[in-house]
Amino acid sequence: MSVRHSLLALLEQGPMYGYGLKSEFEAATGRMWPLNVGQVYTTLARGERDGLVEADVEADGQKIYRLTDAGRQELDRWFSGPVSRDVVPRQELAIKLIFAVRSQTADVHAVIQHQRAATMRSLQELTRLKSDEGADDLAWTLTLDGLLFQGEAEIRWLDLCEARLAGAAAPAPTAPSLPTPSRRRAARDPAPLTRRSRP
Amino acid sequence: MTSTTPTLEVRGVGRTYGSGRTSVAALADVSFSVQPGELVAIMGPSGSGKSSLLAIAGGLDRVTEGQVLVNGSDLGVLDARALARLRRRTIGYVFQELNLLGTLTAEENVALPLELDGARPTMAASQARALLGELGLAELEDRFPDELSGGEQQRVAIARAVVGQRRLLLADEPTGALDSLTGEAVVRLLRRQCDNGCAAVLVTHDARLAAWADRVVFLRDGRMVDQTAANDDLDRPSVPGGLT
Repeated sequence: MSVRHSLLALLEQGPMYGYGLKSEFEAATGRMWPLNVGQVYTTLARGERDGLVEADVEADGQKIYRLTDAGRQELDRWFSGPVSRDVVPRQELAIKLIFAVRSQTADVHAVIQHQRAATMRSLQELTRLKSDEGADDLAWTLTLDGLLFQGEAEIRWLDLCEARLAGAAAPAPTAPSLPTPSRRRAARDPAPLTRRSRP
Repeated sequence: MTSTTPTLEVRGVGRTYGSGRTSVAALADVSFSVQPGELVAIMGPSGSGKSSLLAIAGGLDRVTEGQVLVNGSDLGVLDARALARLRRRTIGYVFQELNLLGTLTAEENVALPLELDGARPTMAASQARALLGELGLAELEDRFPDELSGGEQQRVAIARAVVGQRRLLLADEPTGALDSLTGEAVVRLLRRQCDNGCAAVLVTHDARLAAWADRVVFLRDGRMVDQTAANDDLDRPSVPGGLT
């Protein structure tokens, strides 16, 4: 419900028009998440229905919105609770890797490397934004940091996938044809441990 | 950009340790170049050859195949004395640890490469002080390394690496032990040196750090598998996760 709560958070700063809310939201988030103005008005209409916002109609017919007490409480509830992670977003990359590993034709290492390079490029672009623009805008820097950490996590996960695949693909060790120190040691040792069934 | 001589050029470099059946190829057929003003990051898992490549680029180790050129000079044909001079005058190193001499102040640490190169101590000290001031580290100049935080030590190490107009900076995991914000201050300083015309190679396994680079080279098992550059055509990155 982040659009609804974001609009409530903007209205906490003072009454605003619908279009102004759209512009303010986009400015605050560095235009990373463009909002459809229709989506803003639909969300405001639901907010009015639920008693979270009220609108005054001005002489020219424009509506100016403001936060109600119930809206303020809803906003407090949003700030004081964690964002739910219960709903796992559909991860196209995870799904792609699952099927690349099973596929007879896909080169899973190439899939990983293409993704790693693409994600790396996206991190470079985000970092460039961080160094170029709005260095004094704390909210914007925090937004970029969040996206950078997400990208970094994806690259680390891809690195781990690659390492696990390399481990899984390594040939199982076979007994050498000549005696080796380890074999001699094995010969002196008692019978190797085997999994026993529970008594 | 292609018309200028690259500060560093690595051409078909291979490095094999040992010989015969026990030989190990740490690097094979690696080629890339770094122009003045450019920061190139090298990423790869442990054992992929990142640090070997950096040692070779800095003239601390020799290639077994290929060439390394620094400002157009082939390191392979320089005698030990000429190589030492080039390392002293042109290349600055920043490592994760053991960067600063504990018995010298920050200023003396930064002045040391100049003194080793024959500069008069008073001249070296004044240059070191000027540089520390330029890098926003003036308040640290009289402190000893154990009086500095990890991030401050690394920033002084970067000052020591660039003092005397050295134009090639080689950094191996320079923010390894630092928290995110302190690490960012260190890499911002490195980035600034490049924006002022230095060339730098940054070895790291940290993607957020590598993202400050103009180009990222990926190494796997001693070979380059890919390289990426920031794309100037895209003014907005794609953002994961839509809004509801």
